[in-house]
Amino acid sequence: MFKQKNYLALGAVVLVAIILLSLPSRATARLKLAVGSWFLPLFGLAGAAQQLPADLADSILPRRELLKQIDYLRRENQQLRSQSVQSVAIARENDQLRALFNWQRQSPWRLKLANVVMRDPANWWRTVQIDLGSRDGVQTNLPVITDAGLVGRVSSVSTTHSQVVLVGDPNCRVSALVEDAARDMGVLIAGGTLDTSLVELTYLASSANLKSGQTVITSGLGGVFPKGIPIGQIVDSRSVEYGLYTDARVKLNANLGSLEQVWVLFP
Amino acid sequence: MNVFRTILILACAFLAVFGEATLAAPRQWLGAQVDLLPALMIYTALNAGLPTIALLAVLGGIWFDALSANPLGVSILPLAVIGWPVYLRRDLILRDLPFAQFVLGAVASAAAPALTMLLLLSGGKELLLGWGTLWQWIVMIAVGAVATPFIFSLMDACNRALGYQERVEPGFRLDREIQRSRRKL
Repeated sequence: MFKQKNYLALGAVVLVAIILLSLPSRATARLKLAVGSWFLPLFGLAGAAQQLPADLADSILPRRELLKQIDYLRRENQQLRSQSVQSVAIARENDQLRALFNWQRQSPWRLKLANVVMRDPANWWRTVQIDLGSRDGVQTNLPVITDAGLVGRVSSVSTTHSQVVLVGDPNCRVSALVEDAARDMGVLIAGGTLDTSLVELTYLASSANLKSGQTVITSGLGGVFPKGIPIGQIVDSRSVEYGLYTDARVKLNANLGSLEQVWVLFP
Repeated sequence: MNVFRTILILACAFLAVFGEATLAAPRQWLGAQVDLLPALMIYTALNAGLPTIALLAVLGGIWFDALSANPLGVSILPLAVIGWPVYLRRDLILRDLPFAQFVLGAVASAAAPALTMLLLLSGGKELLLGWGTLWQWIVMIAVGAVATPFIFSLMDACNRALGYQERVEPGFRLDREIQRSRRKL
């Protein structure tokens, strides 16, 4: 039943698998990116196909609607300008105070918009790929956010694309703090497998007095995520390990299930 | 060997992996992303030769891992482990019956993610696992089972429409005709 050619073919497949699995991580990453680039033409086609209905809708939008939108945008622009003037004054005051107390000046973060082009096909990871790569200056471990809050960090980079590991994946742990009186700190780890909007905040102090709805932000510890990025809100909490520490469930602000565009933070 | 069938199978695998990476609908509606490679491997094992099975296992696995956070090559062995036993026993399998295709698709769709997870856990990887994983597994099995007969129909239709047709030997052969008479014709 099991002829020699069967053995040879099976042996060849096993050999290829073993060789690939035993390659150094750097070579594997390069190979993955090279193979992933075979899909680029299809990503381009898919992007164009997704853009087509939006373009069609734009072209048939009535003039009255366009004028209304222009009016709304003008008013919003005026508001943002006044806020910008205020923030410039606050930044100047902040600089003066920092100079007075001899505090280190924080360098502002630059933002770059990226489109989410694909998601991880495996159910046991939570990653996406974005259309910014090393040619755009992207490096590993750069934070990725949306206007709602934290999304994750860049885990690997190719020339044109990068992989982002999302909050809630076992490979993306975030040091976070709860905006309460005690400023309780914990570590954000993976949450539920089905609900992408819930993650677990663990290793909180046993005395933490958490309430539903309290805001969770990044603590700035760990060196990857800057302090103050909103993450989500406390849903509930429970004491674990016979009261040794407290765990809380956090509902993420960013909707990770339907990410389309994200911002990459550059230092 | 019909090369067109191999090309068609590999093209389908490529598109299947691309679809799994870009279509968010199954994840949003069912809570799990479905994997069509095991179902395609069943079709390949029942209808194609060993080189095609090996190619699908290697290339399908590499394509899947390249778009995933999986270590490269980890999906090759589960696909090969599904394809080989089916190939070896394919003469005993009623491959044209949709029910047989359904059952084989279900078994393959159950085995592939389970074996991949086993390999990943053996390699010390920390995976996103929980009670929800059981639901995701059930969804993958159900969709893989239902998809297998469709894949058979689709691939056969494509093969008929675009591939070479097998030469059909006529049933009648003059040299085997039974002579009814002693007289020479």
